[in-house]
Amino acid sequence: MTHAFRTLLSGVKSLYLHPMRSLLTVLGIFIGVASVIWLMAIGEGISKKAQEQIESLGADNIIVSTIKPPNEALSSASGGRGMQIPEYGLTRADYARLVETIPTVVNSAPVKDYQETFQNGRWKVDGRLVGCTASYVDVVKITLFEGRFFTDEENAEGCDYCVLGAGVAQTLFPYEEPLGKLIRVGDNYYFRVIGVANSRAPSAAIGSSLKSEDYSYDVYVPLQTMQTRVGDTVVVRRSGSMEGETVQLKQITLKVGSVADVMQTSELIKLTLDRYHNKFEDYGITVPLELLEQAKTTRMMFNVFMGLIAGISLVVGGIGIMNIMLATVTERTREIGIRRALGAKRGDIVRQFLVETIVLSVVGGGLGVLVGLTCSPVTQFAMGIIKRTNPELLASLPPIVQELKPIIVFWSVPLAFVISILIGVVFGVYPAIRAAKMDPIEALRHE
Amino acid sequence: MNELNKNNVAEQTSGGGLVFAANLSGVKREYVLKGETVYALRGVDLAVPKGDYVAIMGASGSGKSTMLNLLGCLDRPTSGKIWLGDDDITTLNDNKLSEIRASRIGFVFQSYNLIQQLTVIENIEVPLFYQGNMSLRSRKRCVELAKMVGLGERLNHRPTQLSGGQQQRVAIARSLVNDPYFILADEPTGNLDSKTTAEILDLLDHLSEQGRTIILVTHEDDVGARSKRIVRLRDGLVESDTRLRPI
Repeated sequence: MTHAFRTLLSGVKSLYLHPMRSLLTVLGIFIGVASVIWLMAIGEGISKKAQEQIESLGADNIIVSTIKPPNEALSSASGGRGMQIPEYGLTRADYARLVETIPTVVNSAPVKDYQETFQNGRWKVDGRLVGCTASYVDVVKITLFEGRFFTDEENAEGCDYCVLGAGVAQTLFPYEEPLGKLIRVGDNYYFRVIGVANSRAPSAAIGSSLKSEDYSYDVYVPLQTMQTRVGDTVVVRRSGSMEGETVQLKQITLKVGSVADVMQTSELIKLTLDRYHNKFEDYGITVPLELLEQAKTTRMMFNVFMGLIAGISLVVGGIGIMNIMLATVTERTREIGIRRALGAKRGDIVRQFLVETIVLSVVGGGLGVLVGLTCSPVTQFAMGIIKRTNPELLASLPPIVQELKPIIVFWSVPLAFVISILIGVVFGVYPAIRAAKMDPIEALRHE
Repeated sequence: MNELNKNNVAEQTSGGGLVFAANLSGVKREYVLKGETVYALRGVDLAVPKGDYVAIMGASGSGKSTMLNLLGCLDRPTSGKIWLGDDDITTLNDNKLSEIRASRIGFVFQSYNLIQQLTVIENIEVPLFYQGNMSLRSRKRCVELAKMVGLGERLNHRPTQLSGGQQQRVAIARSLVNDPYFILADEPTGNLDSKTTAEILDLLDHLSEQGRTIILVTHEDDVGARSKRIVRLRDGLVESDTRLRPI
């Protein structure tokens, strides 16, 4: 016990003889360990955020959306006769089939939307007019700030009620209470406000079939009302020509009773729909659960990649230690000779130098862990500075980076520390053995 | 001369307690240097009884250093036998030799050879450390030895803070800490001025009077003259073996 302690003490003393050199040697391991912890924490922060966004879509949801097929496919299907308005996408019949034939579906929300201009007197805003049913609130997880959502009966009757997104409500009614007021939608229609939704974080763009959505400029109206008033066909006039399309439903969100059934249900949906959508591909199925699995794989790959980078920097640090230890061994040849003459065995010399390298790497690893743990506050601080000095730069970054909150992966700390010790052993063995192999007579003669 | 040594060997091997601190019999040491064989020692017999104070002298190239390395268990002879006490060291492996060095030999070098990062007291302790034999009592013993060589006030000084004479005293204290069979001193006064040389030689005399066995390697006649017995080497052979004083 005292023997081991003395060996350690003697090693520390030897290192303390050249504090600057020891410090610089430690730097490599220090940076390696700190970077392991930092990279893992940042990676974890980003993937956690992505996961949250996917989860906000609902792990038990399946989203079927209309995709516009390529123009060539459309024109060939319509027979290529001059002014045909192409028809594609999900239909109300599809919706009925899905809901009625698939037993695992417990809730559903058909949706249709257009870009529209909303107006209240002189206040005007562009947004999305969303036709939906009462179940939309549950399936998409909207919460209301005030008022209420419309009911199924009101939908069936075709009531002219609407619920405003937070952004629309703020822009159109900056000074007054929106509930009960009429807003003008497009040129022709008026809807009465019966509710205002809470603001919601925009969703991420996921896969190929879902665009990133900002819910705050939505206005929700009953699907039935939208259908009777606007119809399925939208015509856009451009200079000299007219373009249009007929789409019945933009999106159907289906809620599955149990998460375990999600994958099978999505296959069933595909089978059901393919029979009626055999002309061209005009719909896509997004399964958040599947995306979650993908995100996990991506995260693992990301971690491996980060580990690789950190591993390289640790190896570089180790080589630095080895280099210095080799120089130290040469420099201390005489001391080795003295110790051997006074009775040190080869093993004693190996132990002495090994202890020194391990002390170096443990100190480096310890400092690295300490600095690694500051990852979160330092990142926040840096973000704060960028926000104050250069807000444009911050705004140009993707939102996931803007809201980056590193999360320290708890096992990365012991891992990094243990690796740093291993590096000390691995890269210390060669110099130590070289020291021990010296001929004591030669070593004593060394000047 | 040879007859005498052979008798000594016979006496030792027939048992009867430890009589010789070191005993060399027909020791040869050859090594190859740049393709040429160098005969450093060509059959040396030498018995060092307990309590003797032997000065090994000779010109450079006479085999002094080789002799020193062999006596110090830092080297092994090509042929011949070397006993330290009852053990033939010629057959021992590196680890065993290290143990012998740690427990039976007290080294004193020309250039003191203290370990720079250790204090006086820690330097004295080193052989005990490698014996794996450190305790509070041994620490007390180190302090006593430091006091004996006149460095009781400087226990926590580092070698760089001491004069050459003081450093050599520390080295002598260190050589005594393991209660060795003999002190092996290699030109212990080579780096010192005449005044400190006298002090160190007085210290060695004092140790000899206490019954310590000392083997001193030197090329200075006046240093050799302080010993009890002068062994002169020439071309790897013992040229003369003269007793100056009784043991």
